[in-house]
Amino acid sequence: MVTVLHEQSETHCSTARAAGEDLWIGTRELETVTGWSMKPQGLCRGDICLPVPADRSADYVAGDTVNAAAFWRRMNNPVVRDAAGEVWVLGTGPTHRSQSLQSLQAPDFALPDLAGVTRTLSEHRGKKVLLATWASW
Amino acid sequence: MPVWQSLYAELKDHDFTVVTVAMDVPEAARPWIEVANPTYPCLIDRNHHVADLYNMVNVPQATWIDEAGRIVRPPENAGSSDVFRKMDRLTKQMQPEQVAERERTKKVYVAAVRDWVRKGPASEFVYDAASARARLALPDATIAEAHAHFRLAQCLLRRGGRDEAAAHFYEASRLHPSSWCIWRQAAQKDATGLAAGPEFWARVDALGDRPYHRPIDMKGI
Repeated sequence: MVTVLHEQSETHCSTARAAGEDLWIGTRELETVTGWSMKPQGLCRGDICLPVPADRSADYVAGDTVNAAAFWRRMNNPVVRDAAGEVWVLGTGPTHRSQSLQSLQAPDFALPDLAGVTRTLSEHRGKKVLLATWASW
Repeated sequence: MPVWQSLYAELKDHDFTVVTVAMDVPEAARPWIEVANPTYPCLIDRNHHVADLYNMVNVPQATWIDEAGRIVRPPENAGSSDVFRKMDRLTKQMQPEQVAERERTKKVYVAAVRDWVRKGPASEFVYDAASARARLALPDATIAEAHAHFRLAQCLLRRGGRDEAAAHFYEASRLHPSSWCIWRQAAQKDATGLAAGPEFWARVDALGDRPYHRPIDMKGI
């Protein structure tokens, strides 16, 4: 079973098959995990669509599976995996992160407290928030 | 943390909250939180996701976010100073004037937060959008790649793959050498849980004239 790490999620993907530097995932599962879905225009999320290169479509799409790793690299997003091909990070590249920061809308996140209760930043909307980081190390 | 707790207690009735995020594993963060026993949300970020989202390289950092969720002061050093670099490395003691300087810096920072909470956009410490954007540190492709390796390493560590995790921690730090979060999280800790041994000091010394805590652009600091 392949585990895919994307943003904050960690998902065991039943349809995922690793082959060298390629990671094939069923289109439905990829959408569930990442929000990116296959459409006639290409791989899309929101208003953004990445066309499938016409001359190399077999490298990107096969039936109802897509090569998520190939699409990710094409979007300049980092792709990192373990040696066995069992754990893959479909990371987020600098363009998306930078645009998000430059919008000045504070990027939201959901993290657990010590009791394991998940809290979000956005639940404090309506208040001023001092978001402060620290560490024991 | 005691500073944030007293600030929170003082200002929580003014539509203000503190949210802390520990760039840490729960078992290491737990004793600190239990001793301080804060009443504001204390979240644990094992994967350093917030450092990835906000492009932070060290702790403590603070970001001011207004009622509409907009950043009015981008991530910055939350009143810490580099005087610790002058401490006696054997005894870990600082001279009284160094301690006083550190405390003074923190006081100025906390007073600025108080000013913002009371005055809102009229506070002299709040940036307009253009100034806030100009002060953002934005990530590049190498930093994004480093965070991906760090994420993989933390996952592999939990699955018991210590050696392979170590290789990805190493790669993350190699790609993003200015991140103290990445390096110290993965580094060997002493009996008190600190990654503050000879390797740490060697890295600090290698900074030369460059800061460990980037100085904050704030009147009085």
